[in-house]
Amino acid sequence: MSIFSRLSEKSWETPGNQGMADPEDYRPDAVTVGVYVYFGVATIIFTLMAAAYLVRQGMDTLMDHGIDGSDWAAMPEPLLLWINTGILAVSSLAFELARISARSGAAGRMETMTKLGGLLGLAFLVGQLILWRQFQAQGYFMAANPANAFFYLLSAAHGLHLAGGLYACGRTVGLMANGAEEARARRNVRLCAIYWHFFLVVWALLVALLVAT
Amino acid sequence: MATTLADDLRPLHHPKTWIGKYVWSQDHKVIAVQYGVTAVGIGLVALVLSVLMRLQLGFPGSVPWIQPENYLQLVSMHGMIMVVYLLTALLLGGFGNYLIPLMVGARDMVFPYVNMLSYWVYLLSVIVLVAGFFVPGGATGAGWTLYPPQAITEGTPGYSWGIVSMLVSLAIFIIAFTMGGLNYVTTVLQARCKGMTLMRMPLSVWGIFTASIMGLLAFPALFVAAIMMLLDHLAGTSFFMPTLFSFGQTTDTVGGNPILFQHLFWFFGHPEVYIVALPAFGIVSDLISVHARRNIFGYRMMVWAIVIIGGLSFLVWAHHMYVSGMNPYFGFFFAISTLVIAIPTAIKVYNWLLTLWRGDIHLRVPMLFAIAFIFTFIHGGLTGLFLGNVSVDVPLSDTYFVVGHFHMVMGVSPVLVIFGAIYHWYPKMTGRMWNKTLGQMHFWFTFLGTYAIYMPMHYIGILGVPRRYFALGETAFIPDSVAIANAGITIAAIVVFLAQGLFFINMIWSLFRGPKADPNPWGAASLEWQTPDTPPVHGNWGPKLPTVYRWAYDYSVPRPERDFIPQNEPPA
Ligand code: HEM
Ligand SMILES: [Cu+2]
Repeated sequence: MSIFSRLSEKSWETPGNQGMADPEDYRPDAVTVGVYVYFGVATIIFTLMAAAYLVRQGMDTLMDHGIDGSDWAAMPEPLLLWINTGILAVSSLAFELARISARSGAAGRMETMTKLGGLLGLAFLVGQLILWRQFQAQGYFMAANPANAFFYLLSAAHGLHLAGGLYACGRTVGLMANGAEEARARRNVRLCAIYWHFFLVVWALLVALLVAT
Repeated sequence: MATTLADDLRPLHHPKTWIGKYVWSQDHKVIAVQYGVTAVGIGLVALVLSVLMRLQLGFPGSVPWIQPENYLQLVSMHGMIMVVYLLTALLLGGFGNYLIPLMVGARDMVFPYVNMLSYWVYLLSVIVLVAGFFVPGGATGAGWTLYPPQAITEGTPGYSWGIVSMLVSLAIFIIAFTMGGLNYVTTVLQARCKGMTLMRMPLSVWGIFTASIMGLLAFPALFVAAIMMLLDHLAGTSFFMPTLFSFGQTTDTVGGNPILFQHLFWFFGHPEVYIVALPAFGIVSDLISVHARRNIFGYRMMVWAIVIIGGLSFLVWAHHMYVSGMNPYFGFFFAISTLVIAIPTAIKVYNWLLTLWRGDIHLRVPMLFAIAFIFTFIHGGLTGLFLGNVSVDVPLSDTYFVVGHFHMVMGVSPVLVIFGAIYHWYPKMTGRMWNKTLGQMHFWFTFLGTYAIYMPMHYIGILGVPRRYFALGETAFIPDSVAIANAGITIAAIVVFLAQGLFFINMIWSLFRGPKADPNPWGAASLEWQTPDTPPVHGNWGPKLPTVYRWAYDYSVPRPERDFIPQNEPPA
């Protein structure tokens, strides 16, 4: 039933519940819904930060404060940025394979792929830290320029989300060892994959923002 | 699958020890009480702060230690505590937690563990907030809006540590709220019992549900703003900090955009008004319907209005920024969108009135508060229409007219609903009735008292008395009579403050000595009154979940035994 027909139900006219299925039969499970709702929150967080980025970058045109031009000096895009992005993409791919295996019931491959995806995710985070160090060594300090500050802020926010995801993914691997929890493990693998894809897209958009500005 | 949907009581983990039951509890009802008690506790602190402010304003110098800096700290802490730590926490963390599972027929929230964490993280945020009073330099005095650059610039009270405590506390609060909000939303979506379609949910649930979604989307703006300001303050960035002249020298910040903060703040701040208003709307609809023995007028329209108001309220934020020097076309857009919101809001008001019309009105204490809400809300809504217009707002901005307006619409109105709701559900929560006379006395002092406090504020605001001022001094355009008005307001505020004692005495007395409550003393049709035990036990429903056959508003049906049909009664 579409959301509109549900919201136009005239509930005062139709007492009874013949023909209504037991909710347990058709509802997606709560954790899945919770994760999707959280995507809404994350979308807002990153959208607002990106909007702030653009506004702050356009400051000199918005407001004349006696300093010539803008103080914004764009960050470079070193090779490592692309390497990290690639690692994250492969990590997402591994999770996708895990998800496919989960669906087809290939438990062994599911476990391998989940572990691989998690390790690659970890590699991405380590890569990001190295990238930060590199930037610091080249003098791109947080306080030196608003472009730098935004870069650190955005990549930290993204990294923290992935770190949280890694924790959940680690617990899922723990579940797999326990045969009784198999259904849950499969569901969690599916959610990890979706989560990873979501934050891959977020990262891609952030990189696009960096490159475009 | 979640155990909450199961028909049998699958291993719902029942704690054995007292600590497991009442401290580290995962039962939504206990968590609701924890949220409620903490919120009311910190709210009382904010109330005391307001009385201190009033003493200074009504009788300048009467509290010798209040210096101008302290006054600013009082204003700021009072405002922020009231809006965020009292109202948001109480309406969503308190009532949301208590009512959602009971009203939709679930055993608990879908993520009980996260729910428990949410409370403890909230408590942490309150502790960090209170720590702000004790750090060197004291609490922040930047106003509850915390505008930079002022908030983190030398000369503002608490600019070094107080603001840090405030921002960190807000960030923690938002994390707590997000955990709670995910729970409320998912529970409504996923754990409704059989037969509970969306359009059979009581309006209380609709209000809380919509407000939770709004909170999930609005609080991130405050979160981002708080983190960015913290970085400006502690890490030397300049997101918001422009070049300033401070004590004859330029600061080392360059190019930051203070208006950006205002946009982020109000992108949160305006929806926040409705985050506290929508649960109140929902609850008041249920109170009116039950105590007038009539189905709520225009149920569908009421639901839609809640949803539409929720959506629109994300498009009006810059009406708080008419005087910030933004592009006039923005002002035009935001004035229009602000006025458009008045339409669904007015629909709600008419529907409340039409529900009362020819109702079998029982003026019990909860109903008194519900009707009082209609008064104060119309009052505050009308002054809001004035302020929504740019040309009217510009001269009135930052005067006591604004203080009068927002206290009426988002201070007094939700608080009245909260009182009404506590009087209404207390018998279910504790199994005891209140003392009626004390309740009525509490009502009249509070209701008439708030008018005595806030009506005069509108007049002195029109005269031009500015808000957030420690003292008025010798100002040509302010007549002497303002001092009399101020003294009167302060006396009224003290009376209202003391009258709250009646409420707490009544609450505590009833808890131990109150007459035993009937499981459904008001004859209400919604599910929470149909639990097998009063107060409901862990798991809410005994061995079998309820099944719902109708909406929550079948009142005044012509039957001999009782004039309402509970939601879980099958059709004849
Ligand atoms: C008896 C109850 C209350 C009294 C006597 C009271 C009194 C005051 C006073 C004197 C001010 C300072 C005005 C100024 O100097 O500009 C103020 C500000 C404020 N109050 Fe209340 N108040 C009460 C309840 C509430 C409640 C329930 C709320 C919840 C929304 C609230 C929200 C605020 C806010 C947001 C501010 C603005 C703070 C700022 O300017 O930064 N107040 N109140
Ligand atoms: Cu607003």
